[in-house]
Amino acid sequence: MFRILKRRELNKSVTLIEIEAPQIAKKALAGQFVILRTDERGERIPLTVAGTDQGRGAVCVIFQVVGATTMSLDRKREGDTIADLVGPLGNPTELDGIKKAIVVGGGVGCAIALPVARRLHELGADVRSVIGFRTRGAVILEEEFRACSDVSVTTDDGSYGETGNVCIPLKRLLEREKFDAVYAIGPLVMMKFVALTTKPYGVKTVASMNPIMIDGTGMCGCCRVTVDGEMKFACVDGPDFDAQKIDFDEAIGRNRSYLAFEAEAREKHCNLYKKEGN
Amino acid sequence: MDLRTTKYPMPVRDPLVRNRDFEEVSLGYDGETARHEAQRCLHCKAHPCVDGCPVSVMIPDFIAKIAEGDFEGAYRIIGESSSLPAVCGRVCPQERQCEKFCVRGVKGEPVGIGRLERFAADYHLSHSEKTDRPVSNGHRVAVVGSGPAGLACAGELAKRGYEVTVFEALHTAGGVLVYGIPEFRLPKEIVRREVEHLLGLGVKIEMDSVIGRLYTVEELKRELGFEAVFLGTGAGLPRFMGIKGENAKGVFSANEYLTRANLMKAYEADSATPIYRGKRVAVVGGGNVAMDAARTAKRLGAEKVFIVYRRSREELPARREEVEHAVEEEIELQLLTNPVEIVTDGDNNVVALECVRMELGEPDESGRRRPVVKEGSEFRIEADCVIMALGTSPNPLIKQTTAGLLTKPRGEIAADENGKTSLEGVFAGGDAVTGSATVILAMGAGKVAARAIDEFIAGKE
Repeated sequence: MFRILKRRELNKSVTLIEIEAPQIAKKALAGQFVILRTDERGERIPLTVAGTDQGRGAVCVIFQVVGATTMSLDRKREGDTIADLVGPLGNPTELDGIKKAIVVGGGVGCAIALPVARRLHELGADVRSVIGFRTRGAVILEEEFRACSDVSVTTDDGSYGETGNVCIPLKRLLEREKFDAVYAIGPLVMMKFVALTTKPYGVKTVASMNPIMIDGTGMCGCCRVTVDGEMKFACVDGPDFDAQKIDFDEAIGRNRSYLAFEAEAREKHCNLYKKEGN
Repeated sequence: MDLRTTKYPMPVRDPLVRNRDFEEVSLGYDGETARHEAQRCLHCKAHPCVDGCPVSVMIPDFIAKIAEGDFEGAYRIIGESSSLPAVCGRVCPQERQCEKFCVRGVKGEPVGIGRLERFAADYHLSHSEKTDRPVSNGHRVAVVGSGPAGLACAGELAKRGYEVTVFEALHTAGGVLVYGIPEFRLPKEIVRREVEHLLGLGVKIEMDSVIGRLYTVEELKRELGFEAVFLGTGAGLPRFMGIKGENAKGVFSANEYLTRANLMKAYEADSATPIYRGKRVAVVGGGNVAMDAARTAKRLGAEKVFIVYRRSREELPARREEVEHAVEEEIELQLLTNPVEIVTDGDNNVVALECVRMELGEPDESGRRRPVVKEGSEFRIEADCVIMALGTSPNPLIKQTTAGLLTKPRGEIAADENGKTSLEGVFAGGDAVTGSATVILAMGAGKVAARAIDEFIAGKE
């Protein structure tokens, strides 16, 4: 059992929790992920580590409430426990030798982009962040990004920051200056377009993949991704890959494999809580 | 002496009832049937059956005990050589091991050694009392992985007084016994009891612990103070064929499909884990894992399930009994058939498996006749789900994170016949060393390594 030390709602549908797991906190690096199960009957879901606090032995994850599992995780309060937390999994993001970089985060993906921006900042790099959201109410972690980088914010509806998607400020930055690398973390569609945007500039572009997983340790083969025409497994070969070589369209399709099941589970779950509420 | 030429039949559940649920297929002998079957053993001097057993169980001796009605005595004899008899009695390929050499098999069927082993083990599990905890010798050993190799190694060390901690990556102990082999072939209750037995011996099990990440092998020794480490990390990533369409929606590795069903219990209504319920399912491969996946698909409501295998029935690597059970359960065998492409629709969903027919040519290096493509034999099996059961390649995690640990050319951990690796105090066994093999070989390797670890630690004093 793993205890929740802290819980904070970042916006209506995105929640931050800190979970007590000293050894994972000691080991986890930017880009790595954990797998958790809320309870004994729960499914295993991968979540990227959004930060660690070694002093308190805490691992921070940030999640968007989208399905039954994230709903039940969102109902946990400080002091409550979750059944399992496994990690740190995957390879840390390679940041060696990067002097100047752009970190692109989309929506809840910003939670994962933040530790990359932070780590680059700690390593003395010049960091620019481009963080994009649907609308003003969805904006998260802006202050945290400002603390370690120059920030551009976009919203799809123009209610905050620049109107449009992350590719607009990204392109502007690439036009003006030279960068060693671009790190893209967010929805697959966003990462696909980031890759298309950076391509003409020949800048190293890394995407962090977050496919469906079960064990997360290199056993089930569920998280396979086609990179440069080859089959790769995000859990042991990734989760970071060269964005120019990822078959994003295939990945988008694979991530939708259980949509119908998820919708049904969400429905059941909501009804359950309505009943409990009565 | 019972001169019956065939084995006493194993009571099994009706195929067309059992292929709709996940309860165990074979029900096991009762005491009386077991005694009759035991009396079929000739107690021949040469006892070739023992040589056929990878861990040399004294088969005629335990069978004699069953014939006498001393079932607990039979269990004790098996226990001297085997750590998991209730498991091995169910999943060993007896027809290629002990029973293959049984003299009774020359004219008729061999003695049902596997069935008798299962009987003795089940009897023990339902009658045994709590095991006494051995006195600690103060030495600490880490075991990585709680599959057959790890469990056997931990049990053997614990009996010798070692303080053993098992590190398991998943949330349940048992490795392939819980994520791979289905409930209908190996009830998880049996695995749970085997694990409980180890806990009774004082073994600690740490779940959710991925060695290589949470702690490296080096840290287990240096920081946590384990004097020796046993690596029983099992087989690794699933293999695919490299044909078109393998990443389409509706294509799964058998590992994924079975993990969802077995470990995550996705077939139960209240499980939060989804599983794809195909209507027409094609399983590629001919081993036990392929049979398990096919029979699981049937139980999840598939109307048609095919096993697609490139050689003939004779070469199927699965246990004979599993093939028979699969056929009884209306799984269709498409033999001498090889997939060449997974056909998809515009939305990347599987719609068919494009195959060619094969014929057997000259024997290859394995001694089996090599299948060659029959020209112009292309045909399609319509399917909305394809499961690849083609074996595994080694998990790279331990290798990548353990400096100085030598591996074989294909990536398996290099270890000698006692499980010694290139690193002092680090031992390995099971699929992590051999590649995909059997439960009994892994268990045997775990036991052998435990003895080597005992010698290693004793030798340091």
